[in-house]
Amino acid sequence: MTSLLEVRNLKIWDSRTEKIIVPASTFQLTKGSCLAIVGESGSGKSVTCKAIMRLNNSSLQQTGEIWFKGENLNTLSEKQMRKKRGKQLCLIIQNGMSAFDPSCLIGVFAREVLTQHFDWGRKKIEEEMINAMESVLLQEPSKIMRKYPHQLSGGMLQRIMIALAIVLKPEIIIADEPTTALDVISQYEVLEQFKKLRETLGCSMIFVSHDLGVVKKIADEVLVMKDGEIVERGSTKAVFLAPKHEYTRFLVSTRLAVSEHFNHVMKGDAVLAER
Amino acid sequence: MAIYMINRILLAIPMLLVVSFLTFILINLSPLDPAEVVLQAQGVPVITSELLAQTRQELGMDKPFLMQYVDWIIACLQFDFGHSYVTGQPVWSLLAPAFVNTLKLTVISSFVIIILSVLLGVLCALNEGKLLDQSLRGISFFLTSMPSYWLAALMVWYFSVKLDLLPTSGMGSLQHYILPVIIITVSYSGIYFRVVRSSMLNNLHQDYVLYSRACGLPERRIILHIVRNSLQVSVSVFCMAVPIILGSTVVIENVFAWPGLGSLSVRAILGRDFPIIQAYVLILAAAFVLFNALSDIINAWMNPKLRNDL
Repeated sequence: MTSLLEVRNLKIWDSRTEKIIVPASTFQLTKGSCLAIVGESGSGKSVTCKAIMRLNNSSLQQTGEIWFKGENLNTLSEKQMRKKRGKQLCLIIQNGMSAFDPSCLIGVFAREVLTQHFDWGRKKIEEEMINAMESVLLQEPSKIMRKYPHQLSGGMLQRIMIALAIVLKPEIIIADEPTTALDVISQYEVLEQFKKLRETLGCSMIFVSHDLGVVKKIADEVLVMKDGEIVERGSTKAVFLAPKHEYTRFLVSTRLAVSEHFNHVMKGDAVLAER
Repeated sequence: MAIYMINRILLAIPMLLVVSFLTFILINLSPLDPAEVVLQAQGVPVITSELLAQTRQELGMDKPFLMQYVDWIIACLQFDFGHSYVTGQPVWSLLAPAFVNTLKLTVISSFVIIILSVLLGVLCALNEGKLLDQSLRGISFFLTSMPSYWLAALMVWYFSVKLDLLPTSGMGSLQHYILPVIIITVSYSGIYFRVVRSSMLNNLHQDYVLYSRACGLPERRIILHIVRNSLQVSVSVFCMAVPIILGSTVVIENVFAWPGLGSLSVRAILGRDFPIIQAYVLILAAAFVLFNALSDIINAWMNPKLRNDL
């Protein structure tokens, strides 16, 4: 298997406080697979993702190499980088409700993005968007295009981001906690869309989450991060069945404890119902 | 949107009534007897009680308080603000030209202030923390904190007396506008450009900016989105700037002998010319109410979230 994206010695630090956020990360993303980055908040997951896209705040500095199709993203100019964003590397962010300009219609924004990457006319863009939105089970897509973000729900906006990614057909999708801000039902639906997205586009994916249940469903490989360092890596199965690092064991066991407690409570309910 | 506009304008009407009533009460709270003021102003040598009673009747002061208010407000709606106690001329004939003069100054100044504040605010926000941002903020702080009459005097001395480039006072050609507009702009844009700058900065760190960048939108387009969203906050401040400047040109008008509302009102206050003071306060209060409504309407037009609020 060939790796599509290779990150070597990625170091990220805050130039104002001199605080090192990620000391030296090295990992690769295999073509067509899904890599999950897990860890508690503040462990450097999001910052790592944004570093790949070179989208961190200007106060955060980064060194190291990010190889993508024979190019080191870290040395590209801002202009070259902009052409990669969206078209080849697509970011899906956590909070759908704040991801769109509040005073811009969804359709207008989509058109703005798509004319940036394709030579399509208005009609073609509309068609492509509507098809993509239908495929992520958004009802009445042409109506949604004429709505403002605040008139839609977080789950819908999340799916609009996925739809936009479907039209853009990137090679790598970076999803930064895409399900965290959603309720359980929307979470399930959005997750299904992510699975389908990988099947239809055949793209690679970096999936950031602190929800191990979600990770188990979607990821092929897992990186566990703690305080900016990668403490464990391996196939999803291996990491979940036989966690080597103490921290991973802690994460997995906490999750087990929670689900056992849940099962216990549910059983208790069942017993009550039987009486 | 049309419904919102109509609703908002209808809402302004009761507000105007309340404001006019307050104006009326405040003036009537003054311990001076208007009848006495009138007679004094007209130079009547001996003020007898019969004369006072007669004058009161002429002025309608013998009627109950509420009736006086109703008479006054109905007259006001027909632009009849009574007659000046001092000169006997109709208030409207004094007020209207003065109002137009002040309005000209206000509109031009507001226009310059808004353009300058938006430009500087956007420029500073995009260069946050850099030399340009810091020096612009420093200069504006320095200029804003100078009293405007002092700054006006300095500029008159330098540009009009020493260099003999601009007229010292009065109102005639376009050149007469230059100094007053500069003074007003300098004393206000320092405040307003900070409003623009801080709301720009607020927007710069929003998620939608990150997502737009991640979608590969060029920085110039993203800035347009940010400016549009930032101006929503600033619009209310800018709309209120117009009546504030309208009311605070007193100082500038007196320095530059501008024949406007400010000069007129100062003369009226010194001469205890109640009808003029009353009309002046009413016009300013009405301007505040109207511009407040206007700012809501512009905001609703720019910010789709607010449209369903009324």
